[in-house]
Amino acid sequence: MDMHIEVKEKSMLVRLRGEIDLAVTDTLRESLEKELDDNSLIKNLIINLEGVTYIDSSGLGVILGRYRRVSRYGGKVFIVGATAQVKKVLELSGLLNIMQECPSEALALDLAG
Amino acid sequence: MEPVNRMKIEFSSLAANVSFARVAAGAFASQLDFTLNDIEELKVAVSEAVTNSIIHGYQNDPAKIIELSAEIRCETLVLAVEDRGLGIDNIENALQPAYSTDPERMGLGFAFMQSFSDSLDVQSLPGKGTRVIMTRACRKEATPQQGH
Repeated sequence: MDMHIEVKEKSMLVRLRGEIDLAVTDTLRESLEKELDDNSLIKNLIINLEGVTYIDSSGLGVILGRYRRVSRYGGKVFIVGATAQVKKVLELSGLLNIMQECPSEALALDLAG
Repeated sequence: MEPVNRMKIEFSSLAANVSFARVAAGAFASQLDFTLNDIEELKVAVSEAVTNSIIHGYQNDPAKIIELSAEIRCETLVLAVEDRGLGIDNIENALQPAYSTDPERMGLGFAFMQSFSDSLDVQSLPGKGTRVIMTRACRKEATPQQGH
């Protein structure tokens, strides 16, 4: 898994690539938590899954955990670029009922404000 | 009925082996005429079962061993993931979606296994371990029949 984190105003933009399963969830969780701890201005989370070829419930758990954190302070989570296979798992999990799917990072950034 | 083909592998209870297990299962499943989509779904199901064994069965103890076996019977794939770990106290509860003993986890492992297989059988004894058996039939698309 590759991860790139960028903070744009009140949003943290996370671009992920590769496979997200139990082997990488600790690294992913710790990196996201550290960024959220270090930057109190971050309100929303934009997760770009365009390069993700595989995700299962372990990876979804990390996303849900960060959703719970930002939503406590009124923040939102946007999902961008999920491929068909990844989207199927996201839909089945119900995460797309509580997070907003966006066709592009630019739109997600606009919506995040 | 005797299986047409079978395989069995054992591996350490390590997170790095989740991807090994799903790739191995996917490669074996590809002997049947599954679509790529079917194979991807089976890989998720196997990953969830192996993840459960590592986290819940063995509490992340890398010294423990997980067994993955598969058989092909009558165009049907039978997959089994087995550990000799803690076992499940209440299988009925564990099978409920969003049931998890860990707040960082979604509790969707069994839900994904059920969704991505035709049948799911969970056998478990507290203190003895858990065996998860999933089957999935290979459904070839019907081809139009020509008139006789």
